[in-house]
Amino acid sequence: MSRHTLSVLVENKPGVLARIAGLFSRRGFNIDSLAVGPTEHPEVSRMTIVVNVADSPLEQVTKQLNKLVNVIKIVELEPGQSVQRELLLVKVRADLDTRSHVLETVTLFRAKVVDVAPDAVTIEATGSADKLDALLRVLEPFGIKELVQSGLVAIGRGSRSISDRALRALSA
Amino acid sequence: MTEQVTGAQALICALEGVGTEAVFGIPGGAIQPAYDPLLDSNRIRHILVRHEQGAGHAAEGYAAATGRVGVCMATSGPGATNLVTPIADACMDSIPVVAITGQVPSAAIGTDAFQEADIRGITLPITKHNYLVTDPREIPRTIAEAFHIASTGRPGPVLVDIAKDALQAVIDTAGVSADIDLPGYRPVTRPHAKQVREAARLLVEAARPVLYVGGGTIRAGASRELFVLAELLGAPVVTTLMARGAFPDGHRLHLGMPGMHGTVAAVGALQRSDLIVSLGARFDDRVTGKLSTFAPEAKVVHADIDPAEIGKNRAADVPIVGHAREVIADLIVAVQAEYDAGRRGDYEVWWRQLDGWRATYPIGYVQPDDGSLAPQYAIQRLGAIAGPDAIYCAGVGQHQMWAAQFISYQKPGTFLSSGGLGTMGYAVPAAMGAKVGRPDATVWAVDGDGSFQMTSQELATCTVNEIPIKVALINNSGLGMVRQREGLVYNSRAAGPDPRSTRIPDFVKLAEAMGAHGLRCEKAEEVDAVIERAMSLDDAPVVVEFVVHHDAMVWPMVPAGTSNEDIEIARGLAPQWEREEA
Repeated sequence: MSRHTLSVLVENKPGVLARIAGLFSRRGFNIDSLAVGPTEHPEVSRMTIVVNVADSPLEQVTKQLNKLVNVIKIVELEPGQSVQRELLLVKVRADLDTRSHVLETVTLFRAKVVDVAPDAVTIEATGSADKLDALLRVLEPFGIKELVQSGLVAIGRGSRSISDRALRALSA
Repeated sequence: MTEQVTGAQALICALEGVGTEAVFGIPGGAIQPAYDPLLDSNRIRHILVRHEQGAGHAAEGYAAATGRVGVCMATSGPGATNLVTPIADACMDSIPVVAITGQVPSAAIGTDAFQEADIRGITLPITKHNYLVTDPREIPRTIAEAFHIASTGRPGPVLVDIAKDALQAVIDTAGVSADIDLPGYRPVTRPHAKQVREAARLLVEAARPVLYVGGGTIRAGASRELFVLAELLGAPVVTTLMARGAFPDGHRLHLGMPGMHGTVAAVGALQRSDLIVSLGARFDDRVTGKLSTFAPEAKVVHADIDPAEIGKNRAADVPIVGHAREVIADLIVAVQAEYDAGRRGDYEVWWRQLDGWRATYPIGYVQPDDGSLAPQYAIQRLGAIAGPDAIYCAGVGQHQMWAAQFISYQKPGTFLSSGGLGTMGYAVPAAMGAKVGRPDATVWAVDGDGSFQMTSQELATCTVNEIPIKVALINNSGLGMVRQREGLVYNSRAAGPDPRSTRIPDFVKLAEAMGAHGLRCEKAEEVDAVIERAMSLDDAPVVVEFVVHHDAMVWPMVPAGTSNEDIEIARGLAPQWEREEA
């Protein structure tokens, strides 16, 4: 088993997310994370799906996804050739005694404080899953009151765009 | 030019535009607006069925018999949910069907309105694609896309759910486009030349090849090409349940049907093969038996129009994505090129082994010792008398396997059956649909008493609409396939009282009550006469009840979950594989 990051271009139509989620569940594939958002083309959305499967089931995942009529294109993004990021918002206990230690951690991880209360701060951080895990380990002793994390989004390195050809076909 | 039409008129106009000649359906609140222009149409015949499941299977039977898209129609809620079984059936067996359902008005969607069901959500996993239309201007395009998707690539069912207000709205046709817009749908039909050459090379190098032919060859209309390829190679052919008729039965190269109830020769050929060339088949569990022990020495060439089938169950050494007719046509050329270069396969030793199995273990049956009628005999005589031009629609159960084993099929599209989903109740409505599509053909439903009672109400539809199908009802007073397993696996624990003595229902009276002819046959010597009589009646549907032996079994059998090596030709009796070599 290994983690794979799939970028999936889909038509921006109602029900597409349900089709994809349903496909994964009925074929017994596990989704580690899923993020959906708009692209540079208003008729196309992009999903970043992280799956944890062996190689041959991964081939089945992409083939089955490709069979969905609303799926335009699927690209697997290798970690070395892509930038992969998650967003994390975490509310940490921080009173007068501990606040400076917490802020030091924020600086070390190049994170940001986005809200302050007398006994807590809310921190925003982006990065790879490893970096965010490390941040959380360091913050843990102060007391994590609340945590929310986005799915992973990813984009290939270099000047090429995965949507170039797919979207040209769309506008043709 | 602009014109004012309702959404419903646009729908019927679009259906006429794609060549629809028959719609099987039942009206109801949400779809009623569509019925008004439908009944005005002089190009579309509407057949009012008795249950929506019947409409769905009729659309399937129509499609399977003609190769054209079958159409069924139902209202929202229960009308739509009653279509679920035939839609799932069409999805499993790759049958081009378009189902049109009415939906509650768009403002009421999501409010748990009367007769509301999220049929698009319900059918997501059992359709090739589906739609919910709330904008009447989208109706023409959606219908064009639905037919295109259903009939191209790997065929399958498409559901179009249309809100009632979209059917009622008046639209200006100016600027309404029916142009297909499917950027994510591009089925590959042309096979890759290099892969085809590689397959041809493996074929001439193999010592024990088998052409494993599936339903895809029938959907693709590839029988003629298959015949040429098989004769060119002189290689053995096996035809799956879905492919019966793709290659003529009785041909010297044909080993019959593989799988759970296949012939010893067909099962053994796949199992001992060193090269399986799969043409439009999908290595279904009923064919492979326990997958990890299936054909352990075989390399696999897997040709299919659906890339997701390749490597799904069995790894492929040579994957070929393409339309079966094009793949086989290209294979013929590639094999001929190998021959021209002096390379040719030698399958003589292989054939000695296969001929040995075929001669020693033909499909057969034991005469009942209580003097009752053998179901296999009745079915065999039906095939002999009705002949290779008739269309046979089987239900699901023992009679289905016997219909696959004991009727000699010579042409594609003459055996229709629910393979993947195994839907009891398929036969009668599918026969109705086949007869509507092929009115000149004799259409026989071969059904069991269990299967028949699930959809027998459609006999009334056949009578009223003058669709004279014929039904061979193999009545063993029980669910034979279930009983066979109860006997073999579950120590004869039966899930109900023994109905042998009750004769309920009286099928002759049931047939007559629905305006059909009812005939009964209980003795072997009456079989031919009753079939001849049924063949002579064409003014109404005919039901021939064959009262048969209660405990007849389907043999051979590979018990579920076991290896094909463990095939039994009768209870506890295994074939001797190596006999011919000794």
